[in-house]
This record gives sequence, C-alpha cells and structure tokens, in this order.
Amino acid sequence: MRIRPLGVFAVLYLVFLYAPIVLLPLFAFNDGTVIAFPLRGFTWGWFAELGNIPALHEATLNSLIIACSVAILATCLGMFAARAATRYNFPLKGGIMGFIMLPLVLPEVIVAISLLVVLMQLGLETSIFTIILGHTLLCMPFAIAILQGSFAGLDQSLEEAAVDLGETRAGAFRLVILPLVVPGIIASLLICFIISLDEFIIAFFLSGNEPTLPVYLWGQLRFPARLPVVMALGTILVALSIVLLIVADGFRRRGLRKMGQNDAGGFL
Amino acid sequence: MAQGLSRDARQGLTIVSPALIFALLLLAFPLLTIIAFSFWTQNFLEIDRTFTLENYSEALTDPLYRALMMRSLRIAASVTAVTVVLAFPIAYFISFYVRPEKKAIWLFLITIPFWTSYLIRIFLWRVILAFDGPVNGTLMELGLIEEPLSWILYNANAVVITLAHAFAPFAILPIFVSLEKIDRSLLEAAKDLGEGAVMTFFRVTLPLAMPGVLAAVLIVFIPTVGDYVTPRLVGGSGGTMIANMIYVQIFDLSNRPMGATLAVVAMLTVTITLAWAILHVRFWVHLNDRVGGGIAGLALAGAAAVVDVGILWWLWTNGADWFGPAGVLGVMAAIMAGGAISIAVFLPKGRWGI
Repeated sequence: MRIRPLGVFAVLYLVFLYAPIVLLPLFAFNDGTVIAFPLRGFTWGWFAELGNIPALHEATLNSLIIACSVAILATCLGMFAARAATRYNFPLKGGIMGFIMLPLVLPEVIVAISLLVVLMQLGLETSIFTIILGHTLLCMPFAIAILQGSFAGLDQSLEEAAVDLGETRAGAFRLVILPLVVPGIIASLLICFIISLDEFIIAFFLSGNEPTLPVYLWGQLRFPARLPVVMALGTILVALSIVLLIVADGFRRRGLRKMGQNDAGGFL
Repeated sequence: MAQGLSRDARQGLTIVSPALIFALLLLAFPLLTIIAFSFWTQNFLEIDRTFTLENYSEALTDPLYRALMMRSLRIAASVTAVTVVLAFPIAYFISFYVRPEKKAIWLFLITIPFWTSYLIRIFLWRVILAFDGPVNGTLMELGLIEEPLSWILYNANAVVITLAHAFAPFAILPIFVSLEKIDRSLLEAAKDLGEGAVMTFFRVTLPLAMPGVLAAVLIVFIPTVGDYVTPRLVGGSGGTMIANMIYVQIFDLSNRPMGATLAVVAMLTVTITLAWAILHVRFWVHLNDRVGGGIAGLALAGAAAVVDVGILWWLWTNGADWFGPAGVLGVMAAIMAGGAISIAVFLPKGRWGI
C-alpha cells in the first residue's frame, strides 16, 4: 500500500488523541512518587493503596448511586422525547426538541450555576439528589440522540399491524416496539452511566458535602504525594469507560442490524 | 385551542411532555432566575430586589472582567480554529480514503478518548507539557531545543492545546457527516471539465462541506468559552477565563448577582459573536458569488473580513476616548448587530442554508 501524507497525518492525530490515555497506566504502575519520566519500575502498590481510603469508597458509592439513577431517569425521559420526535408531528416540534437538546451545547458552568442559584434561593440543600437532577438534564440529549436512531429505523406498519390485530396502542408498544428498541435502550443506559460517572462541573457545583468520584479526584490533584494513587484510580476509571463503551456500541450495532440497517457509525 | 390540534399533534405533545416539563423546570426556570438575579444586588446576605443595571455597568466597565471576557473569546476562537483545521483532514481522510467497512471503526477510535474521564485527561496534559515532561524531554533528546519550552504550560497556549484535544471528536463528526453526503460524481464532473485537484477541492468539496464546518464551529466555540477545569489545571494565572471568575463570585465572594450577571454577559457575548460571524460568512459568500469563485472572490472576501475585524479592533483599543468604556461596547454591539441584521434582511439566503 502506498503511504499517503493524509494517512500519516491521521496516524499522528490518533497519537495526539491517545497520548494522555496511554501515559496514564505508565504512571499508575510506576514505582516512584513523582509523575515524570524516567519511569522507575513496576508496582501494583498504588492500586493496593486504593483499598485503604474510606473517603474514596464513599465517593465511589455516591457516584455509582448517581450514575445508576441518572442512567434510568435520562433514558426514560429520552424515550418519551425520542418516540414523540420520530413518530408524531406536533406544533413547535423543532423548537421543543431544540430546547430539550440545548444542554448539549450550553457551557456546563452556565447550567451548573443557574441550578445552584435556584437551589440556594429555594433554601434547598445540595445533595446526591440535586446532582442526579443536574446530570439527568445533561444526559437526556445523549439518550435522545441514541434512541432516535433506534426509533427512526422502525417500520411503522409493524405497529399498525399489531393494532389491526386487536392490540391496544400500549400493548402494541410493549409487545412490538419495545423488543425492537431494547438494544438502543441498553446503549443509552450505558452511555448515560459513563457520562454521569465522569461528569465534574455540575457535581462540583452541586455536591455540597457528598463528593462524587471526580470531585474527590479534583481535591486530590492539589497534593503531589497523592498523584500516583490518582493515576491508579484514573486507570481503573478509563478502563471501565472503554469496556462499557465497547459493550454499548455492540448493543447499538446489534439493534441496527436487527432492523436491517447499515451502521452509520458513531454515537454522536 | 386543544380542539384545533389534530389527534396526532395532541398525542405527540402528550408524549414529549415529560421530557419537556423536566427541561422547563431544570433549564428554562433556572436560566430565567439567573437573568432576574443579574438585575438585583446583594447586601451581605440579603438580596435586594429592586431593578438595577448596576451589575451590568460594573461587568462592562471593570477592566478585569473585560480582560477575562476578551481572553475567553480569544482562547475559544483559537481553540475553534485549531480544532476545525486539524479535524478537517481527518474527516476528509476517513470519508474519502478509508474503505467503507472500516469507517465505523475509525470513528469509534476517534470517539473513545472523549468518553474517558475529562479531569484525568486534562491533568495528564499538565504532565505531558511539563518542564520535565515527554514533549520537552523528546525535543531536548533530539537536540531541537536547548532548554525546556516555557510557553507550553501554565498559560493560554496550554489551554488551547488541551481544549483542542478535548473537543476533537465534536469537530470531526459533523464535518465527516457533511463530507459523506457529497455526491462523488460532482467531483468527477469537475475533473472532466478540466478543473485541477486543488481547485476542485476549493470550488466543489469545501463549499459542499461547509455546513459541517459551521456546525463544528458552533459545537466547539460555545462550550469552550465557558470552560472551567482546563484554565484551572493548565492555564496558570495567564490562562484564567470567565468561568473561573463566575465561580469566584459565587463561592468565594458569595456575590450571586454579580456571578449571574457575568454568566448572562458571557452568553450574550457568545450569541452576538456567533450571529455576527455566521452572517458575515454569508456576506463573504455573496461577494464571492458576484465576482465568481477562484482567487478574486477569495481575495475580496478576505479583504472584507480584514476591514470588518479591523474596524472592531480599532474601536476596542481606541474607542474608549470617544465613547467612554461602556459606550464603546454599545457602539461595537450596534455595529455588529446592525451589520448582521442588514445582511440577514437584504441578502437572499444563499448556499449552505445561511
């Protein structure tokens, strides 16, 4: 194969994209307290140390509770919106859908401070619950984008056939539509879970005294001595994200294949 | 009014309502609240609810806020330019050179880093760009530099590099989609009619890919103006941006009305800048069409752009003597809005839907 300049550029670009992720495990397994080259030797020590930090365990538990709730909530809300957008025509459709998708482009800081100001004004304490609400707002557009892909591929005549054969609308949805969009739903659940698990700004503004994993990490970044442990934790998080992502993409593709479509590629 | 709607429309509205109500409560209501806050003031812990424009006049005249806002815009503009210019060849490569069955895997490879922890990725850029980091190490090893580069960490450049990395997939995907839509026979036609490869690119491929490029610009520019983490981690004192100031106002100074005002000013600035930029692209396209494509059109469009930016730049630096610190912003806004509106009204909608 002839080597094209553009191909070389593409490979260099991938190196640029992956540089941070490749360095992460190098430092996590490095037997030295300073995050710099040259590397000193191999150790599992930093990972073992993760087990001895109660504050970390608490933050992990908070993050898992939040991420699971957000995944379910955002996917449910996203299903309503995606269904309405693909199947029905209603007035102001473009405006309504655009507004729901707005958090995708709005700077997160704006979303975070406006939520915070409202909470303070209502006299509510910031807590896990408020983070769940904020993250759901943020994840909903992603859920809608994925689910719209699944709903758009549906053949409407399947549903009509079920109704003609005596099913109710709800029954047709449950028995015919739902099984076909299950892969999309799973992909959406996983993606929302990943986004919520990694999200920092909203959690940082709304967390109060119940930190999530990224908020805990942020606090640790100030202490140079803690950095190798942070690298170990980061390695686990990145590995988890990548595994979940591959699973989610697998489900999404399976869903598309089920409906006899070609893969358009990518979540966004 | 309900009976005026068809059954289909009513069902659609009912089904979309849970998501819509959620977004109204958690997005529209809070946004309206901070807009209201921006017109109020705070005495210690009491919020004074008399309507006042005091916050705005402070936000627009205080040199610190102005400098931070300008820097945020400058950094966001550089990030957008770098990201889109680097993303275009990648999108082009995947769309035109990668075999169809391999396209999905390339896109997947490009989106993976985006899904991994944002904090960790940005922190690692601090490691990569550090004095004793791999970039400086490699360059010194190769003998390209004598001593570590000091301009790559704890300043605005570091923020640009790091954000260009963070937003890469957001730029690649829309450009890729618009490149995929190009009918390949148009390119063959251009070739058959005797156009060279370079001119085919500039007169056929690039114009047709422009909607994707514009989408990429929007998607990258808007969030980067309000980024908080990157300036804090790699920006040092020279890379602080407006979002950091909003945080300081709300948490450290506990001046919520001022924080709200800065947030509103940031949103307005972004909106005006983008509307101005997009409508001027339409103007340049229009000029380009009048003189025919190629060098003359490009030169004319470029000259128009330079004059445009030059006038605004002159106002920003020298206008204060003429109109006062707040007045100059008013004049700039009037020129930008006036130009944008007149383009929107007088020029017909052209190519690229703008």
